[in-house]
Amino acid sequence: MSGTESIAFDTPQRERRADTFAMWVFIGSEAMLFGAIFLVFLVAHIDFGPAFAAASKHLSLPLGTFNTAVLITSSFTMALAHRAALQRRWRATVRALAATVSLGVCFLIVKGIEYGNEIHEGLAPLLGLPFRYAGPDPVHAEFFFGLYFMMTSLHALHLIGGIVVIAGMIALWRTASPANRLRRVVAVGLYWHFVDIVWVFMFPVLYLINR
Amino acid sequence: MSRAAMQGTYLAEGSGPRAWLLTTDHKRVAWLYLISLTAFFFLGGAMAVLMRIELATPAGDLVSDDTYNRLFSLHGIIMVWFFLVPSIPATLGNFLLPLMIGARDLAFPRLNLASWYVFIFGSLFALFAVVAGGVDTGWTFYTPLSTLYANGWVSTAAFGVFIVGFSTIMTGINFIVTVHTLRAPGLTWFRLPIFVWTLYATSLVMVLATPVLAASLILIVLERVFGIGIFNPDLGGDPLLFQHLFWFYSHPAVYIMILPGMGVVSEVLPCFSRRPLFGYKAVAISSMAIAVFGFLVWGHHMFVSGQSAYAGVVFSFLSFCVAIPSAIKVFNWSLTLRKGEISFETPMLYALFFLALFTFGGLAGLFLASLAVDVHVHDTYFVIAHFHYIMVGGMVTAYMAGLHFWWPKMTGRMYSETAGRIAATVTFVGFNLTFFPQFVVGFDGMPRRYHTYPPEFQFWNVLSSAGAVVLAIGYLMPLFYLGWSLFRGTHATDNPWNATGLEWQTSSPPPPHNFETMPVVTRPAYAYDMKGLEHERFSPHREEAAR
Repeated sequence: MSGTESIAFDTPQRERRADTFAMWVFIGSEAMLFGAIFLVFLVAHIDFGPAFAAASKHLSLPLGTFNTAVLITSSFTMALAHRAALQRRWRATVRALAATVSLGVCFLIVKGIEYGNEIHEGLAPLLGLPFRYAGPDPVHAEFFFGLYFMMTSLHALHLIGGIVVIAGMIALWRTASPANRLRRVVAVGLYWHFVDIVWVFMFPVLYLINR
Repeated sequence: MSRAAMQGTYLAEGSGPRAWLLTTDHKRVAWLYLISLTAFFFLGGAMAVLMRIELATPAGDLVSDDTYNRLFSLHGIIMVWFFLVPSIPATLGNFLLPLMIGARDLAFPRLNLASWYVFIFGSLFALFAVVAGGVDTGWTFYTPLSTLYANGWVSTAAFGVFIVGFSTIMTGINFIVTVHTLRAPGLTWFRLPIFVWTLYATSLVMVLATPVLAASLILIVLERVFGIGIFNPDLGGDPLLFQHLFWFYSHPAVYIMILPGMGVVSEVLPCFSRRPLFGYKAVAISSMAIAVFGFLVWGHHMFVSGQSAYAGVVFSFLSFCVAIPSAIKVFNWSLTLRKGEISFETPMLYALFFLALFTFGGLAGLFLASLAVDVHVHDTYFVIAHFHYIMVGGMVTAYMAGLHFWWPKMTGRMYSETAGRIAATVTFVGFNLTFFPQFVVGFDGMPRRYHTYPPEFQFWNVLSSAGAVVLAIGYLMPLFYLGWSLFRGTHATDNPWNATGLEWQTSSPPPPHNFETMPVVTRPAYAYDMKGLEHERFSPHREEAAR
């Protein structure tokens, strides 16, 4: 029981394998969550394709594209952190983690600007805000924007979760043993990549599919 | 029990609320769950008793229609999510899984404790909804009733269930990883006790189905609070979509609720007939088959909801298919008894009652899987009787079997065998008296969810209500004699039933880390046909006692 966090394991190596496996199982669970959400969107898209196509053009393609690039870059820095941790270059690991968090925050800020614009233009059918949509079939356009806000905010919540965990890891960095550092970087890295991949699906479905 | 006898066991590792509420020992977390689930069981049961009293007469005289709607909604919500889903996995599973595979604890002990806190937090949320005014949507939260018309505390209750879902997922992940990574040397997959197999299958369903429930509940909350009309036809939404999402979780969830019970019975039947489990591999694989098939049959809840008739045919066919692995198990359990030296201790009585009631309820399920018959009996008491035979007659009976079987291991005490046998028999009689009449009135056309009914149904309803009283006595009895045994019961030996399985090789109650040295497994499970078993096997505590 030397150097393991859970008393159930004999060696840190076994514990790390179990951690990684647990994260994969959790990702499987998360995939079912997003799967259900995507299913809801696709069913609606089959029913109201033209209205959705028209509504989709009101989203900001430049900001969406920029954000996609930001997130993919953050996955790259996360991969750098993983590599550095494997080589036990701890300073480099922390730097890469910090870069990942910053890119995540950057994504959220841009997303916030997008939300602000959409609320300002009257495209946010939530909380009784005014919905002013000039295009065809406003009822189903309203449905599209409802889905858009639901899906992107669910993704943003996951991103916030990742940011909080990585920030916590950095804060507790000094107290963690090398084995625990590596274990945590590997596990949180898997999660981060998953949240990125969700966005990689969300971006074309919401922004691109009707162009 | 004398203080000395408790020395060195997990129960002696510090007392007081701190030692229990901050524990990461899986055996103590199991007790936390056991106590809270018992409270929920009797709370949900009290609501059922109130409903049965109301239904003793055709007129609505005890409670108003509105109150009645709230009673059955909360009965369903509490029993399904705060009792049945966690029941065996979180209590017996939590206690036994590491013991059965020869591990010191679950893979993630802190996650295990956290899951209990999440469970309590979520259930208090839902209980607040009860106190504040209740929910009248039924446990299914069907849209558009739940989103547009219901005036109760739907969002609060749904959010509570949503939170409890996280606790379920935490337990599921913990169990899956534990089974994969912490099996003792020599404990190959096909040497695992069937209880472990069923916990594994259950955990898979928990991890893969619960997030879909989370999605559907959160969409309801978003619709009610934020006005995003996913299920609102006025906004282009689709109310039927909710039923698809809901049953995509909730049908697999009935297998979450029954699979662990099947596992318990697979442990008890071989032990009390002194025979190896017949067809071990078939039983193990059929557990996995149930978990997989369970995902493909959700549409049989929607035969009359307006889904396509072709979809109905496919779902009907698949629903018949899912009966096959269950039937495989029933045949194997029955053949285990053949030529056995059967003795009728309390756990065995419960297990045999399980076998009878589960088979009966399962066969009624085949009626419901038939499209045309389902049109006739849909939303009647026939459906109520069917799923209570599985959920109560099956799962709760198996839960009682397991509780009595492993009680000596958990507490180090024996309960009164006579009281146990009486309680088991009273439960069996009371159960059949309560629910068999519901098959009859249901088939005659009495709809569910009404607090009044035509007078011609009264005879059967009176029988059912009388049965509910007997059943309540059957469930209250263990509370007293098991509680009494905690303080006054005779000492249990390490292996009072002379059973196989690693959990019986350590002391009763077990030491804090279960085993002092890693056990090594050299035999298949249920080696009841091998002689001199208990002396050959590894027993760390006996060595320690000798010192």
